[in-house]
Amino acid sequence: MQGQIIFYAGFAVAVWLFLIGLYGIVSSRHLVHLCLSLTVVQASTYVLLAVVGYRPGLPAPIFVTMPATSSAVDPVIQALMLTDVVVEATVIALLLSITVRVHRRTASADPNEVDLMRG
Amino acid sequence: MSRIWRATVFVTGAAGIAVLFGLVCGTLPGPLAVRNRYAEAINSRVYAQRNVTDAVSAVNFDYRGFDTVGEEFILFVSVLGSISLLRMTSEKTDGLLRDAAEPSRDVPASDAIRLWILIMIAPKVLFGIYIVTHGQLTPGGGFQGGVILATAALMLYLGESFAVFRKVVSRPAVEIAEAVGAGGFLLLGMIAWFWGKPFLTNVLPLGKTHELTSGGTMPLISLATGLEVTAGFVLLLFAFLEETLTVRGEE
Amino acid sequence: MIFLQLGILLCVLVAGTTVVFTRGLASQPILVSVFGLMLALMFMVFQAPDVALSQIVVGAVGLPLMVLLALAKLRRDAQLLHRRENEEETK
Repeated sequence: MQGQIIFYAGFAVAVWLFLIGLYGIVSSRHLVHLCLSLTVVQASTYVLLAVVGYRPGLPAPIFVTMPATSSAVDPVIQALMLTDVVVEATVIALLLSITVRVHRRTASADPNEVDLMRG
Repeated sequence: MSRIWRATVFVTGAAGIAVLFGLVCGTLPGPLAVRNRYAEAINSRVYAQRNVTDAVSAVNFDYRGFDTVGEEFILFVSVLGSISLLRMTSEKTDGLLRDAAEPSRDVPASDAIRLWILIMIAPKVLFGIYIVTHGQLTPGGGFQGGVILATAALMLYLGESFAVFRKVVSRPAVEIAEAVGAGGFLLLGMIAWFWGKPFLTNVLPLGKTHELTSGGTMPLISLATGLEVTAGFVLLLFAFLEETLTVRGEE
Repeated sequence: MIFLQLGILLCVLVAGTTVVFTRGLASQPILVSVFGLMLALMFMVFQAPDVALSQIVVGAVGLPLMVLLALAKLRRDAQLLHRRENEEETK
């Protein structure tokens, strides 16, 4: 019963963050705010993975003091999340560099005014 | 497309996604019925098969090492992209920055912050090295320890000025370190070829559990990853800081 | 334990919504930092210490710093362009 509540609550939070982040991207008026809304969308995937990998009542998959059994939280999903966190921060850094370049070229950071793909 | 239209399309789409997602969630078997056989297999075997205690690092560097190679190179390429983008300035803007720029008002930090940061840099570097080398024993590994070490370098900028940061952290050394880290990972994978095994097989002696040398290639891969992540983040900091704080008349 | 997990999920939700709905530029780095911290706490509560370590350093220190520096760079560029336009007008 406990596990069910957390399972569904986690899914709800994940989809809410995804949609809110998308709304932020769609209706943003500054490119930096757009990048941060993308961060919120990324966070929705973290929440989803954390909830999927979690088993109610089981400890972390570190076997220093307890013997190695199969009753621990999923380590494969944690490995996914771990590299994900670091890599997506550098991707956001790349997007921020693009923002700086766009601002230098067009003197505005508003995604509605930036029109670089003219014919 | 005007703003109102965009908002309408988005709201319709979002409502559709939410409804479909809710329907799908209703058909899922639930958390206790889901049996992750792969996770159970790894958890029960990692102690005996690889002599390590941290299952997550074992999955990262050994069982799914190939995925980690890909992720590390995503990091490498993103850092490369950021640096190139921030360094490419047209001559118009370069002259603009040089002529009109007043010397950057690099406000020095207060004495309390400087003292605290200078005291804390060394323990932080030590902690970062500890996390990197104990990757296969306790929670940690190359990625975490690498970022901690990068923030130790950042603290140098926060406590002192950018000029001091630039003098202490030499940029060519950091670039070489990043290349060594990324290439080292690949070389460690290629060692397995000498034994006729596939790429990234764990062929070094596994050692005793609870020791730093346990796990075969895992501590070495953790070191290479730590080096690469540290150098990558320090280069990112360099690129962003150099762009923001152009000082006139210096180098 | 269940209340802790539900509580931290709620905190993540509120922090994420705040990041999206705040338009003021000066408060963005701090909000992103708080959001990263909430995510790190969530990872801890869901028994994922490795991920929490990464997220604390990256999401609460690294990312807000880069956002801050990007914003500083944008403001400086705007000042320089403004000054250049003024110079060209007065010529």
